[in-house]
Amino acid sequence: MILPVGRFSQLYDRRGWLWLGLFTAAVVLVVPLLRLLAPPTSAFYLSDYYVILIGKIMCYAIVALAMDLIWGYAGILSLGHGLFFALGGYAMGMYLMREIGNEGQYRSFLPDYMVFLDWKEFPWYWAGTEYFWLAVLKVILVPGVIAYVFGWFAFRSRIRGVYFSIITQALTFAFMLLFFRNATGFGGNNGFTDFKRILGFSLAHPGTRVVIFAVTGLFLILTLLLCRYIVKSKFGRVLMAIRDAESRAMFSGYNTRDYKLFVWTLSAVLCGIAGALYVPQVGIINPSEMSPANSIEIAIWVAVGGRGTLVGALVGAGIVNGAKSYLTVAWPAIWQYFLGALFVVVTLFLPHGIMGWRRGQTK
Amino acid sequence: MPVARALDEAALNQLAAEDSDAKLEAINGIVAAGDPAAIPLLRAMLNENLQRSGTRLVIVADDKVTDALTGTTVDASTAKLEPITINNRLRGALEGAIAALKLGSPDRQERLSAAKAVADEASEEMLPLIKRALEKESDKEVKALLGQARAMIEIKSGDAAVRRAAVKLLGESATPQAKQILESMLLKNSDGSFAEPDAGVRQEIQNAISAIETRFILPQLAGALFSGLSLGSVLLLAALGLAITFGLMGIINMAHGEMLMLGAYATYVVQLLFRQYLPDALDWYVVVAVPAAFLVTALVGIALERTVIRFLYGRPLETLLTTWGISLMLIQFVRMVFGAQNVEVGNPSWMSGGWDLGGDVVLPYNRIVIVFFAALVVLGMWLLLSRTRLGLYVRAVTQNRTMADCMGIQTPRVDWLTFGLGCGIAGLGGVALSQIGNVGPDLGQSYIVDSFMVVVLGGVGQLAGTVIAAVGLGEINKFLEPYAGAVLGKIFVLIFIILFIQKRPQGMFALKGRTAEN
Repeated sequence: MILPVGRFSQLYDRRGWLWLGLFTAAVVLVVPLLRLLAPPTSAFYLSDYYVILIGKIMCYAIVALAMDLIWGYAGILSLGHGLFFALGGYAMGMYLMREIGNEGQYRSFLPDYMVFLDWKEFPWYWAGTEYFWLAVLKVILVPGVIAYVFGWFAFRSRIRGVYFSIITQALTFAFMLLFFRNATGFGGNNGFTDFKRILGFSLAHPGTRVVIFAVTGLFLILTLLLCRYIVKSKFGRVLMAIRDAESRAMFSGYNTRDYKLFVWTLSAVLCGIAGALYVPQVGIINPSEMSPANSIEIAIWVAVGGRGTLVGALVGAGIVNGAKSYLTVAWPAIWQYFLGALFVVVTLFLPHGIMGWRRGQTK
Repeated sequence: MPVARALDEAALNQLAAEDSDAKLEAINGIVAAGDPAAIPLLRAMLNENLQRSGTRLVIVADDKVTDALTGTTVDASTAKLEPITINNRLRGALEGAIAALKLGSPDRQERLSAAKAVADEASEEMLPLIKRALEKESDKEVKALLGQARAMIEIKSGDAAVRRAAVKLLGESATPQAKQILESMLLKNSDGSFAEPDAGVRQEIQNAISAIETRFILPQLAGALFSGLSLGSVLLLAALGLAITFGLMGIINMAHGEMLMLGAYATYVVQLLFRQYLPDALDWYVVVAVPAAFLVTALVGIALERTVIRFLYGRPLETLLTTWGISLMLIQFVRMVFGAQNVEVGNPSWMSGGWDLGGDVVLPYNRIVIVFFAALVVLGMWLLLSRTRLGLYVRAVTQNRTMADCMGIQTPRVDWLTFGLGCGIAGLGGVALSQIGNVGPDLGQSYIVDSFMVVVLGGVGQLAGTVIAAVGLGEINKFLEPYAGAVLGKIFVLIFIILFIQKRPQGMFALKGRTAEN
């Protein structure tokens, strides 16, 4: 597979680059300055709550981009992307658990839940979790390998459409059951929490938080550029051909399986990284992240924004999650109705999402 | 009150001793004396109604204080009462003692329950009573239990020959309890010596255990097969409606699980109504709940089809998302109406209890009923699809919608009827689920993945495939469970399905045809 290299600067027009520049400045300079330098009494002060909330939404936006890449451009609706997100999170979480050292409740070098299970040492698959670089490697490899193997089997036997969706849902469901077991060794239904530090820096310190926030923002921009690059290239064109008429693309001589497999695996890896960035900010990872409901929610972010447009994925993730964090606090009973209605209204009346609707307005 | 005159007063007063060992000794003394007249006294002690007043023992019941020995009423105001406390060990001993004294009762039922209790709580002092009862006993069932109790006591005897006979008897009684006792006798003490010193007796124990095991094989196999069948029929009831809406109509109804949930809540409401207005007929509420649940869910389904789903035909992914949204709203609706907690749905009396196969295997009646119920529903479905005009229309629309339309079949009408039918059958599944599990707003969520697996595995649009897939998955699950645990078993099944679809992407029973996709 060769991605023909266009000129990098042509990915966006001038206005697009301007927006990207503004966003970069915001995450790298403005937010950190407001958080660290503005006095808590001033109107410009950003509390931890907002830094975490925006950071969280940026992680979700990465997931939405990954979802849009396979659903919006390749026509593959995955109902299991929460799994890859959680796997990335768990890979990072294992490292963070090791960083706690012996400052847990039981003052043991083992995580509290292992002491509770009366384990005497780390199980074999915890080997090497104390190294950050290995954790980073695993964040990429674990979701990537699982997605690759699963995709290899699924695309080989030409499982597609709703069948693929249902099977991915079963996949994440199976993993959720597995991680819920205490004996699996990932903390059962409590998962990992009570992290203390990352790379030696305290996670409670605002400086550490701001750095992780900025890294998340930069990675979001990188993901956006990568996705943009892919969909603008010839590779992206083939993906869209597969989405619109797979048999025809196949008969035209394209090996559709490899195209799908590549973009599927890439999408899973992006989700994994998003999960790894999410965990140190939010401070907890547990198996409920793998629940089928969570994965379907990802699809609605993309659908609300407008699938097949990368900006739409960003907008959708922002709007839905913004609404969620507001509504679940203000009117918890309403949130489920709102989310449910969103699914119905968007698919019935806004099939191309907000971006598609806006495009219709301006034409 | 007839008083236990046979008991000497000193022994009785020992019941009020401080030390629980002394109390135990006193209880054993009463059992050894074997006078049934002591039962009220022991029962009073068990209920903590036996109290001490000075040197006398009194029974306190309903503000009336009576002397435990003479039965005369004592003036409650003058008596200074001190309660006699008992612990769990004494409680067990008291229960055993009461049962042992009841062994001579003329009522068979009473003897039977007494014998059961004695078999649970056998102690050496009961041996004379048991032996006496064994001589007089004519009932087979009671006799077997007594024999077991006797063997359990004699197995602790110092005489190897007596132990050997007892082991043999236990081996013949073939109860799980006997097996447990025999196995514990084979264990080693902490110093490495055998708990059973005689090698010959040990050999006898081995034989007895293997004899019991052979006799357990059949019932346990039957039990495992049945629990697989039971799980299978639950899956079948959950998936059958889906097989219609997904298989025949191509609609991915993610709200299908919520139809199960609504069916279960309909059962709950019917039960409430019966409790309120027809308490005498409460046992038959399930019979009314079946059509009620069907109607409620079918109507909800038809409403859904008319308002939402009909605009999405031919767009399966969009249908999936929309119906998921609907399921969220339905869950929240039920949560607001009935509360987030599980509601209590009881089995009617004819569905509780079970069929004892022996070997610790009991088939619960409610599960047996569900197996038959599932079979009936499948039969009904098959008749409807293959023998009625509606069924003919449904199959015609499934095979070629345009052509069916041209032939004058009103396809929209067939659509909503079929969708209503699929949802109604989910409602029937809900009635069944309410009888075996918790009924809560999240009930449907736990079944949706499983039901889809059944339909995918069985092959789309195939009734027979759905049945075989459901029962097969149920059996595989239950047979994997002992080796892998419930969760890993489930995961293996999911992996199996994913691999199976590699081989046969269309499921077990694919429709033969030459249609190509897009």
